[in-house]
Amino acid sequence: MMAVLAAILDSFGGRAGHNTAVVLAGTMLLGVAAGVVGVFAMLRRRSLMADALSHATLPGICLAFLLATAVGSDGRSLAVLLPGAAATGVAGLLIVNWLTRATRISEDAAIGAVLSVFFGVGVVLLSVIQALPTGNQGGLKGLLFGQTATMHAADAMLLGVVAIASIIAVTLAFKQLGLVAFNDEFASAIGVPVRAIDLLLMSLVVMVTVSGLVAVGLVLVVAMLIIPAAAARLWTDRLRTMAVLAAVFGGTASCLGVLASSRLDRTPTGPSIVLAAGCIFLLGMIGAPRRGVVAGLGRQALVAARVHADHALRSLLASPQDPRPIGVVLPPGLIGRLARARLRRLGLVRVNGSMIVLTPEGEAEARLAERRRRLWERYLVTHAEVAPSHVDISADAIEHVVDPEIVARLEAELAADDARRVRGGADA
Amino acid sequence: MNEGVYGFVSIDLPPLLAGTLACVTCAILGNYLVLRRMSLMGDAISHSVLPGLVIAFMLSGSRDPLPMFVGATIAGLFTVGLVELLRRYARVEPGAAMGVVFSVMFAMGVLLLERGAGRQVDLDADCVLNGVMETMIWFPPEEAGSLARWSTWVSLPRQVWTLGVVLLVVLAAVGMLFKELRIVAFDPGLATSQGFHAGLLNTLLMVLVACATVASFEAVGSILVIAMLICPAASARMLTDRLWVQVVLSVVLAAAAGITGYLLGAYAPTLLGLPAAVSASGMITVVAGVIMLLSVLFAPSHGTVARRFRRVRMSLRVAREDLLASLYRAEESGAAARAVASRPVDAIVLRRAIARGQVRLANGVPALTDRGRDVARGIVRSHRLWESYLVERGGLAPDHVHGTAMRLEHLTDSASGARFEPPQPDSPTDPHARPIPPR
Repeated sequence: MMAVLAAILDSFGGRAGHNTAVVLAGTMLLGVAAGVVGVFAMLRRRSLMADALSHATLPGICLAFLLATAVGSDGRSLAVLLPGAAATGVAGLLIVNWLTRATRISEDAAIGAVLSVFFGVGVVLLSVIQALPTGNQGGLKGLLFGQTATMHAADAMLLGVVAIASIIAVTLAFKQLGLVAFNDEFASAIGVPVRAIDLLLMSLVVMVTVSGLVAVGLVLVVAMLIIPAAAARLWTDRLRTMAVLAAVFGGTASCLGVLASSRLDRTPTGPSIVLAAGCIFLLGMIGAPRRGVVAGLGRQALVAARVHADHALRSLLASPQDPRPIGVVLPPGLIGRLARARLRRLGLVRVNGSMIVLTPEGEAEARLAERRRRLWERYLVTHAEVAPSHVDISADAIEHVVDPEIVARLEAELAADDARRVRGGADA
Repeated sequence: MNEGVYGFVSIDLPPLLAGTLACVTCAILGNYLVLRRMSLMGDAISHSVLPGLVIAFMLSGSRDPLPMFVGATIAGLFTVGLVELLRRYARVEPGAAMGVVFSVMFAMGVLLLERGAGRQVDLDADCVLNGVMETMIWFPPEEAGSLARWSTWVSLPRQVWTLGVVLLVVLAAVGMLFKELRIVAFDPGLATSQGFHAGLLNTLLMVLVACATVASFEAVGSILVIAMLICPAASARMLTDRLWVQVVLSVVLAAAAGITGYLLGAYAPTLLGLPAAVSASGMITVVAGVIMLLSVLFAPSHGTVARRFRRVRMSLRVAREDLLASLYRAEESGAAARAVASRPVDAIVLRRAIARGQVRLANGVPALTDRGRDVARGIVRSHRLWESYLVERGGLAPDHVHGTAMRLEHLTDSASGARFEPPQPDSPTDPHARPIPPR
């Protein structure tokens, strides 16, 4: 596998070697793990907890560095920095939890406060380190925005191991995680240990976040948890598909980000990975079948076309036999054309050149539409107490959303005197 | 001016002013974000103005403040709009929607900076996070009395003036729209039904937040902006229930954090023997955090310590009342009172009852005093009235009401302190045929 990756990297013209291939593999695996874990964090509404967590790692990193330097060992090795990061990160999470539970401070304010204050402590410690005679914070700055260029093969192996462990844990507890994410009360009613599963989820988030610091940097690592999961959510409602998609998106984004960062000058890895993930999200936002913008606009256009088709029928009903210019009864543009296509498809109108005329079926349908509208008008005035001067607007909007059964029930309710009025209205 | 004063005025005064102005401006707006549970919108905006700044710089080709201000404000509003779009139309979960937007925008900003623009703009990602407080220096004329002239102050660094103007704008907007903003903050639905356009006010709030963010973070960095949007307002919210008090308190706390934090950052390290000053904006953030922690712990009525204290006091009262009631029942049935102090807490409860003159010890065995008997009679009366009520009106079985009555007998009116009494029962005795003592 390493050989294949190295070959791919070489084809991009990078200065690839075994080391780069290992780094790429490790980061990709981490992207996969972050995607999968992120799905559950998002569904459990814990996405931004990870933001507090990742910012809260900075003081831990600095303290670990200071301690290690004080005892004379290398303060920049990940084996020293990551436990420190995890320690303050978890402390930050616990404080968010405590503030939300025990005080009137809401969760969003707790997250924001912990995030900024812990990061502030980290910034102060960084400036202390900079001021120390032994201080060289070069290795620490890399953790802010991520720099895989300086990563060793051993570090990448560590990432890979963490990632694989997280993926295995999610696979084993998949059913329980899903139950807790969607309905924790039901889960606890059927005997799922909700607290334990939440603890598992948060530990996975901590593991992925802390090891992701190396690749993406602590300012942006939260994006690796959020973006692939949110992108996968756009495409599907099924949990299993979502997890697989998020894994693929996360892996792809990491891969593209690392490649771009190793190939282009002055391109930190973290932002590249996040931008790649952002592009994947954008694709989903535009093209996803049910939540995408294109599909949404399409649905809106179809509804508008239906409404305009109904309007056209009613205005043609004024003189059912005479052809009228299309421009008078239908608006120009796409919506008008869609409405015309709908009317012709249902055989309700005939179009001759620029003139349009009702067919006999169309006339019947138009009478029905007119009747529905009048019924509603009546209903709104007598039952919903809408002022008569306002009723035309409401009736206009509402007649398109009722189905025939409701109309039938309305007719029964409004009984004799309404029927007389409707007949009178139609005659007039 | 002597040298020390001149040094302070030229090196410390500009960042001190900028820091304090930024803190106050953000804190005022933060009140509304915190109340509307939109604190993280401030976080999102302060991250995502970065690409706006950089693009404005690239288009205008200068560090002229106006284009950058416009660019960053547009970026901020774009963020708000995009988050809303994702939430409403793509039905992305709100937290995730915010996370997607701000991380992508920030990533774009960092890349733009690193790949070119940063070279000329002399901004880097680091100074976006931490600000450039330390580099703000001012050289007023050195002769004595120059500080008394207005023209001297005009030459203060641009960031200070920008912040001053933004603070005035924020004050004016919040002052004029105080009532409207308050109703929108607490109940947007009610606001709309009363004819205020909640959405419009919300947009205005976001514009103000974006302006405040842009003006501040150029001087003090985005981390301090986030801290100041949240910490002072959250601290003030712990201390009061009135909005205007909360706003004033948050301003005071923010100014205190700004001044103390800056001075600590500038002077404390030298006192501790460190060679250089530590990051001022980091230090202000830390001070704001400490203030928030203190108010969370020690706020008079909402603080966790006060709440714990009230709980302990109430459980001691309940235990003392239970002791009095059990002594009363023992007297009533003629049984000998037993020594009640078996747990350590019982000893405390007994001591408190003795201190109040409600119980005395006769040969080591507790007995009611006259005053104690009056109180105990009230408790037992309340207990039996509740039992009757629960059986007669509540339809419960007589052997199921004791536990509930044990809790209800301690209910008192919080204003007068009088024991709460259920309506008089039909029968003169309780469901267990025991007499209900007179009041």
